[in-house]
Amino acid sequence: MILARVVGTVVATRKDPRLEGKKLLILKPVTPDGADESGYVISVDTVGAGFRERVIAVAGSSARMAEGCKDTPVDNAIVGIVDDVQLD
Amino acid sequence: MYFGRVVGRVWSTVKAPQLSGHRLLIVQPLGPDLQNRGKRIICADCVGAGSGELIYWVRGKEASFPFLPQEPPLDTTIVGIVDSVHLKAARDPATAPGREPKRNNARKPSRKA
Repeated sequence: MILARVVGTVVATRKDPRLEGKKLLILKPVTPDGADESGYVISVDTVGAGFRERVIAVAGSSARMAEGCKDTPVDNAIVGIVDDVQLD
Repeated sequence: MYFGRVVGRVWSTVKAPQLSGHRLLIVQPLGPDLQNRGKRIICADCVGAGSGELIYWVRGKEASFPFLPQEPPLDTTIVGIVDSVHLKAARDPATAPGREPKRNNARKPSRKA
């Protein structure tokens, strides 16, 4: 799982019917210190994350285990909103 | 499975219901030489790893298997705490025992008449 920040939304009209009703967000991976990392990813929101919030995103087939994603063509899902990060 | 070191923790209240009760740790992946390699990730924990500990973690669908019969949405889980690592150093063939170093400075016999 990676730490990421919500930076935008995606709107798609023509899509797989099993994706209807799913909120798609653009995530920017961040370090635990808060600095941006390279790349971005489009993720299905299962917890109600908002703009600029730090979230936990799960990738791969495990993303289908998230709430409401069973048997859907999804390979990245937001499964948590981060309250706090502690680095030792 | 890969080496890693626990470097921190993440707290989250709003999360997938299957994740409640799971400890989420920040892990720095390591190479076999135990040097940092790659971006830090968030791992679930099924062995009780603590801060600063050398661990190994598993990636992919298998990461949810330690928690069966539940299948929480996890793709990285700490599955072991490392006691010791023994890595045989790569041998330099030129200095390996039982073999003479190759010499290229042997002179050819002169062709003087």
